[in-house]
Amino acid sequence: MDTLIQYAPLLAKGTFVTVMLAVTSLILATVLGSLAAAGKLGGGRIAKAIVFLYTSIVRGVPDLVLILLIYFGGQRLVNTIGKQFGMDYIELNQFFAGVLAIGFIYGAYLTETFRGAYLTVPPGQGEAAKALGMRPFGIFWAVNFPQVIRFALPGYANVWQVLVKSTAVVSVIGLGDLVGLAGDAGKSVREPFTFYFAVFCVYLCITAISQFLFDRAERRYSRGFSDAR
Amino acid sequence: MRVDLVLANWELFLGGVWMTVQLTGLALLIGFCIAIPFGIIRANKVPVWSQLINAYVYAFRGTPLLVQLFLIYFGLAQFDFVRESWAWVFLRDAWWCALIAFALNSGAYATEIIRGAVATTPKGEIEGARALGLSRWQVYALVLLPSALRRALPQYGNEVVFMLHGSAVASIITIQDILGAGRTLNARYYVAYEGFLTAALLYMAITFLLVMIFRQLERRYLRHLALR
Repeated sequence: MDTLIQYAPLLAKGTFVTVMLAVTSLILATVLGSLAAAGKLGGGRIAKAIVFLYTSIVRGVPDLVLILLIYFGGQRLVNTIGKQFGMDYIELNQFFAGVLAIGFIYGAYLTETFRGAYLTVPPGQGEAAKALGMRPFGIFWAVNFPQVIRFALPGYANVWQVLVKSTAVVSVIGLGDLVGLAGDAGKSVREPFTFYFAVFCVYLCITAISQFLFDRAERRYSRGFSDAR
Repeated sequence: MRVDLVLANWELFLGGVWMTVQLTGLALLIGFCIAIPFGIIRANKVPVWSQLINAYVYAFRGTPLLVQLFLIYFGLAQFDFVRESWAWVFLRDAWWCALIAFALNSGAYATEIIRGAVATTPKGEIEGARALGLSRWQVYALVLLPSALRRALPQYGNEVVFMLHGSAVASIITIQDILGAGRTLNARYYVAYEGFLTAALLYMAITFLLVMIFRQLERRYLRHLALR
């Protein structure tokens, strides 16, 4: 316990890196997921094929494999291209590789969440807005979008919870996140259980807090509906 | 892309596939055996037991599998009483640690799936069974469980794929699973991605096979729920 207090600043730093990694990845995943959902809903044949390929590949491969592939394969790719231009050896940033991999993976899961939410909005509402003379963007912004948020929130919350847990594997490529830093500290003071248990508890706290916040958000966006409290 | 290296080392990957399938399969089996009683206890809200199981499920679903694995593999060695006990033979071995971590993890997820399926069983099914004079055990064995397990199939299929993908972390603690084989190939020939790419394709192939199997099972066992 004393050693934990001694290493508290380090653990706090690791927690910060983990949370930053998760949030940045979620932003990338949201962008990718929205684009892919739009492609699947309104795109042409080629856009649909690309989205299908994207979601199928991601769902078939473990997150750890994709992270290693993006980090080491990306390193090789960047340096092969760099060599052509006479550049020195480039070290890929672990945080960046982690965000790229996790954002890419969970963007595929969010695609289905967003698409499903969009399709849940009754088409009659959009037609009514059109009959009132609203422009397509106005219809999306004022009629569809607020409801998409409401319908997508439960799925979005689920993806976030899985995503947070997924960030742990980024420590494998040497990122100084919570798992990485606590692992090193635990090894050097010969108390690995104490430190990994601390990591265990921090993750539990993150998921519990997220659950609380998402529950509140869901209630907020469901105001005006019969089962809202 | 050095395909020749992969082909020359096909035995390495075959061993990896076997290791992954074996670890995942055993973990799922043990997890399922944990989940049946735990799920029923949770659905019936048995006092004390239900809360204890809930704590287990909450803890294992709320934390990364990697941390659970490290806690068992690296963590337990911290305690002298563990290293002096009979269990140390297993707990110092990476394979047993991975199996324990995966089984406990899968057990937690499966408990929640089975709890949900049992709790949402239509009341009429149980009332009907009671009216026929079946005992409590008979209701479970003949009516409730067969019905609940069928309805749990789609979610359990997801859990199986989730476990398969999660099992890749075993390679971090030196186990030669599919990803472990890929890492070995990369290290042996000093290549950057050939081993990982092969591993990715193998995982993808197994995933699609599993998805197909579960789709067939659903078609067979959920036929009565399909839209006509």
